[in-house]
Amino acid sequence: MNGPLLKVENLTKHYPLGSGIFKKSIPVIRAVEDVSFSVEAGETLCIVGESGCGKSTVARLLMRLVEPTGGRVLIDGTDIASLKKDALHAWRRRMQMVFQDPYSSLNPRLTAGQIITEPVENFERLSRKQRTALAADLLQKVGMSPEMMHRLPSELSGGQRQRLGIARALALQPSLIIADEAVSALDVSVQAQILNLLLDLQQQMGIAFVFISHDLSVVEHIGHRVAVMYLGRIVELAPCEALFAKPVHPYTEALIAAAPVPDPTRARLEVPVEGEVPSPINPPRGCAFHPRCPLAVERCRIEVPPPVPMPDGRVVACHVRAPATENIPTQPAVADDHSPAHVS
Amino acid sequence: MTLLSAPVEYVPTGRLRISDLPRLARRHRLVAIGGGLLALLIVLALAAPLYAGDPLNMDPFKRLQPPSAEMWFGSDNLGRDVFARTVFGTRISLMVGLTSAVGAALGGALIGVLAGYNRTFDNMVMRVMDGLMSIPTILLAIALISLTGPGIGILIVAITIPQLPSVARLVRSAVLSVRERPYVEAALCGGARMPKVLWRHILPSTIPPLMVQSAIICADAILTEAGLSFLGAGVPPEIPSWGNMISSSRLYLAIAPMTVFAPGICLAVMVLAVNLLGDGLRDLFDPRSKRRR
Repeated sequence: MNGPLLKVENLTKHYPLGSGIFKKSIPVIRAVEDVSFSVEAGETLCIVGESGCGKSTVARLLMRLVEPTGGRVLIDGTDIASLKKDALHAWRRRMQMVFQDPYSSLNPRLTAGQIITEPVENFERLSRKQRTALAADLLQKVGMSPEMMHRLPSELSGGQRQRLGIARALALQPSLIIADEAVSALDVSVQAQILNLLLDLQQQMGIAFVFISHDLSVVEHIGHRVAVMYLGRIVELAPCEALFAKPVHPYTEALIAAAPVPDPTRARLEVPVEGEVPSPINPPRGCAFHPRCPLAVERCRIEVPPPVPMPDGRVVACHVRAPATENIPTQPAVADDHSPAHVS
Repeated sequence: MTLLSAPVEYVPTGRLRISDLPRLARRHRLVAIGGGLLALLIVLALAAPLYAGDPLNMDPFKRLQPPSAEMWFGSDNLGRDVFARTVFGTRISLMVGLTSAVGAALGGALIGVLAGYNRTFDNMVMRVMDGLMSIPTILLAIALISLTGPGIGILIVAITIPQLPSVARLVRSAVLSVRERPYVEAALCGGARMPKVLWRHILPSTIPPLMVQSAIICADAILTEAGLSFLGAGVPPEIPSWGNMISSSRLYLAIAPMTVFAPGICLAVMVLAVNLLGDGLRDLFDPRSKRRR
């Protein structure tokens, strides 16, 4: 089979606000709305966006830590979003996750060795000797000394802990690692070490990464392709260099312009976007970005822009910059602009 | 009753060594005093036959004797050795206290873990627990004992049951908060199945609050046993227990005060020891208390 390693189709997650036994319809938070992308083997796809745009929810949906409301997550052609718990167990080996917080994602009561060998022990029995050998091997892979296996997380530094988190993700030899803000909690110098470690691992083992971050400099450093999310939707998905060289979607443009540049001589660009991110409980009709967009036209207020493939391989959802060839509205125009989102 | 603010985070900073013990005892005086006193009482109770006389031997010619070299605490209204009875009474109190505490801790923890893990079970069982909390301990004990006849076993059951809700609630809330921790999610991502996650990642962090709660339950159980025995609804009267002794001797308080004071003081000391231990453990495990080891 030669398709992509991971293919996500129309992934959607709505969180109901409260339980609706007595109410006919309850408002929902539209955390992730109609997200589609694919990841090839050995590739790094970065997902960027502001906090609250649904990046982490995508990661949790991919790992099935939360159940999707709709859509499919295909790994080598198998839809793991619809698998039963038991069948899912076997697929856990293919996909692992590195967590954001290296402090709370490690059980404070277990030693480093116990933490990193645990995933393997969920699938096969290990003798004492095998366990020690595995722990030493994994620690070496992430650049730590095997003696560290007897340490507790509280006896390790933040960088060392994040290395442990990576070693734990490597234990099952997955083909895909999802890194949810994996370096945001670390100092810049340690960040660089961890990023280089991830790049080395990718080269050595051909692991694909879905790398979630809000830090554009990190994304520029390690990404092959970048997906920009805004309010639960992907607004632009492009090869990394192309995206940073010439952003197409106005939101991408604003995001790149707003990123700090470590160069005091360079004047800061005027940020072309004002206002706050709208609430995902009651997102604007049409393009979610239209209330803040300098280019917005009438059509943006009515229709959700469909993702349109561009000649240079990127996909952009914008009526102005990437007009669709056919004019089929994806969502019917409704008179009132801000009726709350309801699910029955 | 002191309910702890649910999951206290006690993170061991290293492994415990015997050589650390004197330093730890100085740091945590309450644990040392309470634990030491309780340990002493346990040793005295276990070694009772070695140094105390027969607590059941009656001698009508030596009724209500004052303390003497032969009978250190004198004798009661049936001429029995009050010292021997007090010492053997320790066994009853300890047995009831410890078994009730362990029973309530295990039972409550099981209910709490299942309730924290399964919502349907949670809704059903926690309502039962709420109901159980409204039944007075003494009333339930009297009812159970009048159904089955007096006995230590049924007494322990009667004391344990009303303690289950407090433990179950404590453990449930600990489970609910720990199951949201990233390391639990990480374990699930690593392919761990739920029973293993519960056992390895969730249960250990419920142990500190559980230990504190068990100490409180233990002290409570000892007092309840004494109270029930005093009322005649507890340990059968032929078995020497502190409650029984105080009950049968209270008429002779003016003539032979030791018959009431000996078991009374012992009872106070034991409950104090257990409470000190509980308070000390709470300070030890509480992240907000500054003193750590």
